[in-house]
Amino acid sequence: MTAVVTNIDRTRMLDLIEDGAQVVDVLPEGEYTAQHIPGAINIPLKRLDVEATAVLRRDKPVVVY
Amino acid sequence: MSPRAACRLERHGFDQVYDYTAGIADWKAAGLEVEGEEDTGLTIADATRPDIPTAQPQEVLGEVLERTTGAGWDEAVVVDCDGIVVGRLRGDAWSADPATTVSEAMELGPMTVRPDGQLRPLVGRMEKRDTRLVVVTDPQGRLIGALLSEDAVRLAAGEAPELVWRDCEGCPGRWAPVPITR
Repeated sequence: MTAVVTNIDRTRMLDLIEDGAQVVDVLPEGEYTAQHIPGAINIPLKRLDVEATAVLRRDKPVVVY
Repeated sequence: MSPRAACRLERHGFDQVYDYTAGIADWKAAGLEVEGEEDTGLTIADATRPDIPTAQPQEVLGEVLERTTGAGWDEAVVVDCDGIVVGRLRGDAWSADPATTVSEAMELGPMTVRPDGQLRPLVGRMEKRDTRLVVVTDPQGRLIGALLSEDAVRLAAGEAPELVWRDCEGCPGRWAPVPITR
């Protein structure tokens, strides 16, 4: 199966959150600590490997920002 | 940064990956709530009232005036069918023939501010220019509400307005007027 990353706007983002999507803030930890979208978890881009993504469910949408 | 992250997730086998490329800057610009330790101070959203009357350009002025005064306001914001602010009805505009259309009577292209702007500097500018009301929109120009100078001054001084425009708990992104408790 070929997955395609979909770019979304804020309206779609809100819909996905309401539908239970997992929101991942990929900014550095310091920026996440200062401010992040409510409910987002932090996996900085530098640490975005198989081990770090183990906390994410594969059966639910994932939104990154 | 997020496009690279999205691609990496895709490589790791995730097949429902979305990239909110506009990110937290866009989120904040729409006045949506953020979490974190950073104290951003009071924002315009904190003092914005959501209940200012609205009118459509094709409506009849007299009916809008009745609705507006009935709601306890002396001003209405004109929005198109997408909620984009296109005009303002206030002051002399109400003196036009009640049978005229809103589009003929309205003030075009009103100044607007974003909800994530800092409140205190705006209060200073409003006082300096004797501005009583500022229209608040999201980055796309859709109406969020109105900032009244008396609310802004009271909030900046530490008092609470009766209503504010905030994200509601348990329904992210769905806005609702709630009382401030301080």
